[in-house]
Amino acid sequence: MKTARLTTPYLVWMILFTIVPLGIVIYFALTDSVTGQFTWENIARISNYGPIILKSIWLALLSSLLCLVIGYPVAYHIAQQKPSRQHFLYMLIMLPMCISFLLRTMAWVSLLDDTGIINNFIRALGLKPLPLIRTNAAVVLGMVYNYLPYMILPLYTVLVKIDPRLIEAAQDLGCNNGKTFRRVILPLSVPGVISGFTMVFVPAVSTFYISQKLGSSGTTLIGDVIESQFKAAYNPNLGAALSLALMVLVLICIGIMNRFSNGEEVVTL
Amino acid sequence: MKTFNKVFTVLVFIFLYIPMVVLLIASFNTGSDPAVFKGFTFHNYGELFRDGVLLPLLANSCILAVLSSLIATIIGTMAALGIHNMRPRKRSLYMAITNIPLTNPEIVTGVSLALLFAFFGQLMKMQSVLGFTTLLIAHITFNLPYVILSVMPKLSQMDPDLEDAAMDLGCNRRQAFFKVVIHEIMPGIISGALMSFTMSLDDFVISYFVYGPKFVTLPVEIYNYTKKPLQPKIYALFTLMFIVILLVMILMNVLQSRDYKSMRARRQALNTQKREGTEV
Amino acid sequence: MAESIIRLVGCSMAFDNETVLDNLDLNIADREFLTLLGPSGCGKTTTLRIIGGFLKPTVGDVLFEGKRINDVPPYERKVNTVFQRYALFPHLDVYENVAFGLRNRKLGEKEIDDRVTEMLEIVSLRGFEYRSTEQLSGGQQQRVAIARALVNRPKVLLLDEPLGALDLRLRKDMQQELKSIQQTLGITFVYVTHDQEEALAMSDTVVVMDHGRIQQIGTPEDIYNEPKNAFVADFIGESNILDGIMLEDYSVKFFGRRFTCVDSGFRKNEPVDVVIRPEDVDIVSAGEGQLTGTVTAVTFKGVHYDTIVDFHGFKWLIQTTKYNPVGSVIGIRLDPDDIHIMHRSEYSGLYGDYSSYSEEYDELNDPELFPEDITEEVQEVPAAEGGEKEGSERENG
Repeated sequence: MKTARLTTPYLVWMILFTIVPLGIVIYFALTDSVTGQFTWENIARISNYGPIILKSIWLALLSSLLCLVIGYPVAYHIAQQKPSRQHFLYMLIMLPMCISFLLRTMAWVSLLDDTGIINNFIRALGLKPLPLIRTNAAVVLGMVYNYLPYMILPLYTVLVKIDPRLIEAAQDLGCNNGKTFRRVILPLSVPGVISGFTMVFVPAVSTFYISQKLGSSGTTLIGDVIESQFKAAYNPNLGAALSLALMVLVLICIGIMNRFSNGEEVVTL
Repeated sequence: MKTFNKVFTVLVFIFLYIPMVVLLIASFNTGSDPAVFKGFTFHNYGELFRDGVLLPLLANSCILAVLSSLIATIIGTMAALGIHNMRPRKRSLYMAITNIPLTNPEIVTGVSLALLFAFFGQLMKMQSVLGFTTLLIAHITFNLPYVILSVMPKLSQMDPDLEDAAMDLGCNRRQAFFKVVIHEIMPGIISGALMSFTMSLDDFVISYFVYGPKFVTLPVEIYNYTKKPLQPKIYALFTLMFIVILLVMILMNVLQSRDYKSMRARRQALNTQKREGTEV
Repeated sequence: MAESIIRLVGCSMAFDNETVLDNLDLNIADREFLTLLGPSGCGKTTTLRIIGGFLKPTVGDVLFEGKRINDVPPYERKVNTVFQRYALFPHLDVYENVAFGLRNRKLGEKEIDDRVTEMLEIVSLRGFEYRSTEQLSGGQQQRVAIARALVNRPKVLLLDEPLGALDLRLRKDMQQELKSIQQTLGITFVYVTHDQEEALAMSDTVVVMDHGRIQQIGTPEDIYNEPKNAFVADFIGESNILDGIMLEDYSVKFFGRRFTCVDSGFRKNEPVDVVIRPEDVDIVSAGEGQLTGTVTAVTFKGVHYDTIVDFHGFKWLIQTTKYNPVGSVIGIRLDPDDIHIMHRSEYSGLYGDYSSYSEEYDELNDPELFPEDITEEVQEVPAAEGGEKEGSERENG
């Protein structure tokens, strides 16, 4: 009846602090940093960053795929446990997400560094140290490590809801384990795959810390560029234009994803 | 296949926890390089407590997390109630708005809020408005969707007649909420609040764009620390926070399993009901 | 008519342009047991919720003791509700559930205690005060829901399919108990159900509804014996409904034959629906019958046999205690008062032919069982509880 009023504070808040700021991003992207005049120049300069954007997309896609391949068996395994064990394992997956990702990334630096734990170990074995850090692989590893839980949790949420009778029905109708998986479980888990993929891809494509710590100057990502426009170079107009590009990129990605899911309900945490 | 999954899962868990173990061990290391273990000590913890910078920043982060999660929980729960009673079309509009901060890259949210605050600053002819207020606004903004998404399912699980029953028995809408509905959706409210709290406590990316020198949070300061060689007291701080978060998670887990148990009890009651029949 | 306590005047209700109630007029007399009966989606629950104050009619007025109460919220109405799935407050024990309404009225602790105790006595739940409602059986939860509503001493008690979740035996016991509570306390009950047997067994007045309209109001006997149209005839009990022509008063023609009946007041040669209840038909030998048909199916139902007889391609359901094997040719006799004549309605031709009869004809009503092969007629047949309607027909017919 009159409950609509309850949403007023929320609506006002979201308009003021979500929708208006996005409008301001667009405004900055389309104005000159000095004169404040309307200009397409910032947008045009995005093309200078084409290779960086492509690299960001490529590394983020790779990480998302790796997360999917690694996360699926884990989510499947958790979903098959007893409920109390499921809760426990769920918590173990959640826990790393709650710890400062800066510190966890630093721990990887300690592990992968030229004088880090792994190379010290290799040296102790009398072998030649490996170039681990400051590579694309290290950046991908950092992304996979940081965002793997975002893949596992929605997958788990979907898999655990699959009615076990469906699996029995599939077996009854002549599917072996592999076929049951391909023809029943996998199609039913598509919404989880979609939302997991999105939840990994979005932060991975926009990260700036992981690439700074685990990568080199060759692995500068779009996030790094945006960050430096606001924190170092201070060209917020160019930064806004790049943010806008990033946003559009993510929207396209989500749009493609939703096309895959045929409008099925997308799972969130 | 099952054995493969099991072994694989164990390996993934090892992968997830290796960095934690590195940091944990580093907190007891006499040397400052985590790669070389020189000896066991509690010295780093002593350093941490004598340190005049990190602990106040931790307090800052906690104040911010408590306030922002509290406000987000109140506004978000109210909104969830309103959205729950909406017609489908209006409802999906609201859910779309709710999804914006969730699907936007954090860096874009951070940048957009930074620009908004810069704009405010210009309007108010101030050098910079960045500080506690801007951080609080930003944190409430990214917490709100989490509260709504954890309260909404509880509302739809609730028997819609309960609210009507309360009103039938003399409660107005407000009383019906505080006497009946809130008890039903409490698990959702609590998990929304806890989730907000941890998100807020741990947030770096958004805070990084809207913090001011007057009010710094712990993750932002850790970021500044990680630009230089790390001081071991950071590892000690990590270990302590790890323990705190572990406790919070166990609490959440207990709450959830209680919720789960009561659901199971209800289901069982329903089943016995169906089987009985002749009794009473 | 007794003094009316609630009146609905021209009430219509639409959700998203879909009409749920269509210009409903209803008078509820003080202290009567009135049942709103109809298939799901017929508007009965909407009507109840309008009386309870949970919905406002789009058009029309709700009067309580002559005063318009459209804008009175539920918490200020002298009406209480027993909800479909009880809606007991899970966070409160039995005692506090029952005391809930009294506490809202800020009564003294002593009075609350007296009234709750008295009420728990009435519903035989003394000793269960401090149980959690989740530990109770369905029947006990039902009683708590009734006690919780009645303890407020409402002038009218609304019950929304209160026995729907209980199994058959418990339901029968509760029917009797509800009726006796109503008579003892002397308050008005407005009862919603889709179970015709329940409606016939408990009510003073039955209101049969379909498509948001009242199809018939009357005593259970009236409704059963004098259904107004094919919908009512079919929904209440089993009926063979035939096309007929009313030749003149007390004379009707169907299957090419003239029959004497007890109905009058129709136009000359008016096309009508003829209702013949399955238990009213007398089976005689082929030679002695007014009509002759062939038995096509027989099902043993305990008290009687359901016998399907084909008359010139139109199949009747006849309930007899005598077994007639499939394929036998039989005759039937109809007495004048076995024949009931109704005006044609929008429902004519939809019901009353047993051609699609199968042994599970009651279950055919459940669309989930045979989603593919339900014919239109069957879909229109409202869901009735399988197998247990025959008993009530015996009692009431």
